[in-house]
Amino acid sequence: MNMQSHGVTPERLSNLKRLEAESIHIIREVAAEFSNPVMLYSIGKDSGVMLHLAMKAFYPSKPPFPLLHVDTTWKFREMIRFRDDTAKRLGLDLIVHTNPEGLEKNISPFDHGSSVHTRIMKTEALKQALDKYGFDAAFGGARRDEEKSRAKERVFSFRNANHGWDPKNQRPELWNLYNARVAKGESIRAFPLSNWTELDIWQYILTEDIPMVPLYFAAPRPVVERDGMLIMVDDERMKLQAGETIEEKMVRFRTLGCYPLTGAIESDADTLPAIVREMLIARTSERQGRLIDKDESASMEKKKREGYF
Amino acid sequence: MTIADIQETAEAAVNEYILAQETKDQLRFLTCGSVDDGKSTLIGRLLYDTKLIFEDQLAALERDSRKHGTVGEDIDLALLVDGLEAEREQGITIDVAYRFFATDKRKFIVADTPGHEQYTRNMATGASTADLAVLLVDARNGLMVQTRRHAFIASLLGIRHVVLAINKIDLVGFSQERFEEIRKDFESFASGFDFETLEAIPMSARYGDNVTAKSDKMSWYSGPTLLEHLETVEFGEHALEAPFRFPVQWVNRPNLDFRGYSGTIASGRVTVGEELVVAGPAKSSRVKSIIGPDGEVPEARAGEAITLTLEDEIDISRGDLLSSAAHRPEVADQFAAHLIWMSDEPLLPGRPYMLKIGARTVTATVSEIKHKINVNTFEHMAGKTLELNEIAFCNFSLSSAVPFDPYEANRTTGAFILIDRISNATVGAGMVWFALRRASNIHWQALEIDKTARSQKLGQKPAVLWFTGLSGSGKSTIASMVEKKLHVDGRQTYTLDGDNVRHGLNKDLGFTDADRVENIRRVGEVAKLFTDAGLITLVSFISPFRSERRMARDLMGEGEFIEVFVDTPIEECRRRDPKGLYAKADRGEIKNFTGIDSPYEAPENPEIHIRNVGRDPEEVAEEIITYLREKGFLAGFAEDGEGI
Repeated sequence: MNMQSHGVTPERLSNLKRLEAESIHIIREVAAEFSNPVMLYSIGKDSGVMLHLAMKAFYPSKPPFPLLHVDTTWKFREMIRFRDDTAKRLGLDLIVHTNPEGLEKNISPFDHGSSVHTRIMKTEALKQALDKYGFDAAFGGARRDEEKSRAKERVFSFRNANHGWDPKNQRPELWNLYNARVAKGESIRAFPLSNWTELDIWQYILTEDIPMVPLYFAAPRPVVERDGMLIMVDDERMKLQAGETIEEKMVRFRTLGCYPLTGAIESDADTLPAIVREMLIARTSERQGRLIDKDESASMEKKKREGYF
Repeated sequence: MTIADIQETAEAAVNEYILAQETKDQLRFLTCGSVDDGKSTLIGRLLYDTKLIFEDQLAALERDSRKHGTVGEDIDLALLVDGLEAEREQGITIDVAYRFFATDKRKFIVADTPGHEQYTRNMATGASTADLAVLLVDARNGLMVQTRRHAFIASLLGIRHVVLAINKIDLVGFSQERFEEIRKDFESFASGFDFETLEAIPMSARYGDNVTAKSDKMSWYSGPTLLEHLETVEFGEHALEAPFRFPVQWVNRPNLDFRGYSGTIASGRVTVGEELVVAGPAKSSRVKSIIGPDGEVPEARAGEAITLTLEDEIDISRGDLLSSAAHRPEVADQFAAHLIWMSDEPLLPGRPYMLKIGARTVTATVSEIKHKINVNTFEHMAGKTLELNEIAFCNFSLSSAVPFDPYEANRTTGAFILIDRISNATVGAGMVWFALRRASNIHWQALEIDKTARSQKLGQKPAVLWFTGLSGSGKSTIASMVEKKLHVDGRQTYTLDGDNVRHGLNKDLGFTDADRVENIRRVGEVAKLFTDAGLITLVSFISPFRSERRMARDLMGEGEFIEVFVDTPIEECRRRDPKGLYAKADRGEIKNFTGIDSPYEAPENPEIHIRNVGRDPEEVAEEIITYLREKGFLAGFAEDGEGI
């Protein structure tokens, strides 16, 4: 292939190599500066890439921090299987936390709505887990291209003792010199994938052949159309409403979360190249598949102020 | 061809296209200019035209345009990029936001920064990681003060490629004459900066002329469109060509047989077998292996995150800098640097901050502000402190020597940030200019008779009792009483009193924040000498700032510093007013009076906290003596005759 025609001199790092190096640098910096870091592992493609980068960052050692999954009990079953297999395959410690009060009250996205469910089973649960283990830094797989308020978030994002984010009072972040200083109780959320786009993620998965939850690939799945979204019937807790029928459709997911809140898209992309191909001609951004962002365009910023990742 | 064949061909073409994507490179650029210059519109235009604006974002945009838009019925492209809620409502951009778009040739990361002077720090933040800067100019207004400021900051932060985007050319009738006039103005002004490429492009961001598509209204312009230029400009050679620098971030020790040093190559390249040195102690070894992200490689270059192993076992830890043996970095504990101040709290010379350079963090003070730089006129001005968004050329003094290069030669090893020791906020960004030589010429004189020898002779354990509190709180009265008791007990003591010291050692100092810091620094150093001499030293100073008390604490040995907070409410101090100072301050005759127009930062964890209302000084003094006794300061000959 003629490299020149694609704008890269053989000397300069390619886009993916530059992103990879930057992420590894960030991951190592967190491990070196904090006494008790943890990596939030949400099982999705971004988490998968972040974990893959962490394995590279410390090779031949293992990453010097555990993985944490906040389990709402409403994740797709395939996700949970994949999570446990991944931790085992890589030989990493996995902490799973579920909000015990939420469990007791049987919080469900069907009965309590997406915002109550998200607050109690995700935001509150995450805070509980971070406090319980005294983590002073937590890696998240968020990207700046996902959403407007993320576009301004720092790579090292400071959280006060209540896990709150103050968008008006962020630390300036220059060069690759990250300020890791926190007082007791305060913490940093670190985002090694800040500068990746969704397309970068898929291209990297393709190049590196990173294992992914099968839900990302198109397959015939039982779905119900509800509020303009295709919801997969993953277990018996999903009750059909009047007029709804379960149909088998060729679908896949662009993002993964709690199954009642995650819309599928109709697609026949069942291989990585097919997914990237679909991405290249995508006309709809990925968060559209998430019910929780729908309310209003500034809703993510509100959630983040309260401690959401 | 059958349908299957056609599908296969199409698939192969797409796959080839996907492979080609992997060889794309990445350009990070900064856009600066004010909202009125159309900066947000320009970025919106780039995102829109490169088709990365997805349908649902567009739908949300149309809704928001009706709510906040400033261009009537059209879609307001600027709303795509103005991020946070509050900013949208105010119609201004106040932080740095990062945007992404890609073409077949490159992926772009845009740092979108505000243009006003009060956001200099935000622009510097965006510029620190940018390969190129796009400076916007409104064709109607030509070069403005802010254009000069932006060019200056871009140059200061080491950006070598600049695009002068002469926008709103439609509003001057697509005039070539106007374009040439602005271009020449800028070129003559910018000739003093170290820009390698400078491309002036006439455009209309609102209508898309010369942004991504060639304008049909400016046949006189034969240069590239903005996007063409961004896609083809060469950049980044400097880091590749500079000598090898590798700040060690992490020591990788999975087992006894492997010791690797992980980090990101700041500049240059490295090959297996090459000789490297550790800057500072100047130990050297050869590269045994290089582990890149995909396994062992024979060589690596700037920007790559790797792990190195060396032939010899030498002591290397996080913060060390591995360098080419032929071209070594500077190593010094004093240097001169440009500093951009980023905090609402002013910079005070003499106040200690944490300084992070590479993977190393040390304590540092600004020993002198050589001059401030007016960012609009570039004039040098004198200054004793530095306020938010001000830039100055300063001398720095560090707690230990660090390796570095001048920023001009290396944007990674010459850059540092300053962190406040109390709030932990990032308060400054610095670019090293050169090392100051005097540091290496003054060596510590090693003395054979040391603190232990002296205090043993005196039969006591040296300590500093640091009394802090408002004027009139009773510090001096209590200190004097404590000293008397110690004296009677046969202890060697000395009292440093705020007022007394200001008659001698510190008579050149006033009461500004900067002078207060220096006042405490000197007293701290004197107290340290007395402690070295084995004395129990009593310091009675208002010492209103936490950081300076902390500085004094850090000067002393472990456990030697005893902070005594004489906590008397200001109402009570004012009632007592032994020297009539509150009355004077109230009349405006004294400026910067602590508690009135200058702050007092109460200690958070003093060793001794005296709530001094309605208490007998005698009783308070006894409490302090009891503390000293319990903590073992007054052990010594009285009890077991063995000394300490």
